[in-house]
Amino acid sequence: MASEVRLLFRNVDEPGLASIGTYRRLGGYRALERAFRELDPEDLLTELEASGLRGRGGAGFSMGKKAGFLPRGDMEKYVCCNADESEPGTFKDRELMQKNPHQLIEGCLIASLAAGARYTFIFIRGEYWEIADVLDAAVAEAYDAGLAGENILGTGVAVDLVVHRGAGAYICGEETALLDSLEGKRGNPRLKPPFPAIAGLYGGPTLINNVETLSNVPHVVSNGADWFKGFGTEESPGTKVVSVSGCVQRPGNYEIELGIPAREIIEGLAGGPPHGRAVKAWFPGGSSAPVLTADELDLPYTFEDMAEAKSMLGSGAIIVADETVSIPQLALRTARFYHHESCGKCTPCREGTNWTVKMLERVVRGEATPMDLDIISSVQDNIIGNCLCVLGDSMAMPVGSMVAKFRGEFEEAIEGARAAAPAPLDQSPMDAEALTAGSAA
Amino acid sequence: MTPELRPTDDLTTDQRHELIASMKPEDAEPVPELHEVDVPDDLREQIETAMSRYPQLRSASIPALWAVQRHHGWCSPEGIRQAAAVMGLTPGYLQSVASFYDLFHTTAQGRHQVLVCHNISCWMRGADELLEAFCDAAGVSHADAEHGGATSADGEFYVKGFECLGACEMAPMASIDEIYVGPLEAGDAKTAIDQARAGDEVLPDKALGKRPAAGGPEPEPDPRVAEAERG
Repeated sequence: MASEVRLLFRNVDEPGLASIGTYRRLGGYRALERAFRELDPEDLLTELEASGLRGRGGAGFSMGKKAGFLPRGDMEKYVCCNADESEPGTFKDRELMQKNPHQLIEGCLIASLAAGARYTFIFIRGEYWEIADVLDAAVAEAYDAGLAGENILGTGVAVDLVVHRGAGAYICGEETALLDSLEGKRGNPRLKPPFPAIAGLYGGPTLINNVETLSNVPHVVSNGADWFKGFGTEESPGTKVVSVSGCVQRPGNYEIELGIPAREIIEGLAGGPPHGRAVKAWFPGGSSAPVLTADELDLPYTFEDMAEAKSMLGSGAIIVADETVSIPQLALRTARFYHHESCGKCTPCREGTNWTVKMLERVVRGEATPMDLDIISSVQDNIIGNCLCVLGDSMAMPVGSMVAKFRGEFEEAIEGARAAAPAPLDQSPMDAEALTAGSAA
Repeated sequence: MTPELRPTDDLTTDQRHELIASMKPEDAEPVPELHEVDVPDDLREQIETAMSRYPQLRSASIPALWAVQRHHGWCSPEGIRQAAAVMGLTPGYLQSVASFYDLFHTTAQGRHQVLVCHNISCWMRGADELLEAFCDAAGVSHADAEHGGATSADGEFYVKGFECLGACEMAPMASIDEIYVGPLEAGDAKTAIDQARAGDEVLPDKALGKRPAAGGPEPEPDPRVAEAERG
């Protein structure tokens, strides 16, 4: 049975880890000293690229390569840490920031040195009030210790760190919408290209990375690329923090090496569904990922295997639905989220999410016909790839997969609901009390 | 002078068209002169501090609106006008920003804010029953709380069914006055509402800050990690 490999979560519940004294006592900020005193930006970029560290926000792109895309030379450049963690099922960045904020701050400062950025912004979602307070306190400690601000460690390099609190919008996790929001506008995505590495914040070259990605940076810099590649798989070195939630007995964040079977995460670490129930469907990478079935539980949990199964590892958030969950209800719940969060800029997403919700409501109410299922599928096909960003796709992919893989259940839902009286829309399918008891154990 | 603001929700389509046709760009309120607007000192200081932290002033729009909301309880037209005067922006611009984000209130809200997550992971563990229990305890309409949020008649509570709050490991959960609590049972709702009303700490045993890592106590470090730590 797989166990955790704690690298980012090392000493996670050590009292006082969020304060700079404890963090330094446990070896923190050595990477920062090495980077600022011994390495130049090009060495850092080489080390980061050699480590094979891939972005942990969802796309999985090489972090070193991305940083290397920024033009060299004397111009205003920026680093943004994407802490707008809003993908349903994802809560890894929250725990990383809440318990070990200095690890992230150290990573941000090193990334700023590598990218040649004067400013680093940590864009944290507005709902994380408590976590933003933790970050603010940690940033103030870093300034007081001379690790941030003017003349870091006496090297003459200046990096300012700003914790920027969002105000509640899933779309701001999309990198160009994040930039617009950070510029003080409504969070609408931009047309790409130009990519942020060329023209990002205030039109300047901008490196945008996820919290978990940047939290890995101190470990790469301290111990070297070869050491880092000793973890995980050849394609995805390092560890991965996986958020497991839904119908499992021990929901939570688990730090693993990619490549272990998904079953070991869901049933081993998280304890599987309560009362010996069977897994019916699972999202392997947040609610935007097409669902997989119980037959796919033995797939190795990697970017490549999830892609081959026509889904994605995404943010590494596994949401489990067991046999008691109605898939049409699940599809409706999923679609409602994206409908609510669509910024409204692109027609296929704005209208497509709206109509998908209406059609799924008809399915659940028993007012639909089997033909509606084909219409639902075709609406999803017409959203994918037709918008400035992937918010619409993020609904279309899971909803499309649910209709394709559980079509029989949708047809039964249509028939069953028609036979019975009009059903309430939002029946919660689970025995909540039993689950809560399970998680407390 | 500040133009009169009226809700437009009750208008018919024809009335809406008529209203839009009657609006002229030159009628939009310009940037208010700072000396003409009475801005509370602490609010002005907070907004100016925010402006000083960014290379471009407009980036302080969201921090400024947070400051307005803290000061006035919501992003009121008066508060927005104050922020606009300090920042040198039009009130219309800040209003357009405020209306985009879920956490900014452009109408007055209850004193205590209860956001109940009703996204997938919480729903599967009983979020609907929990939201209903909060509505009953606070005295707000369930349908209204589910669709956009609702305030109780006594003005004490604002309850809203909210999208994923990023704490699915403690599902079903809620954010009460900006503190995360979970996992909750329907019976916790009344306790929480009573505690908030009395000004007490809400469900302290269920607070996010008290939760240890899901994987349990610190295990022996992985040999590769241990080697690195020995240096």
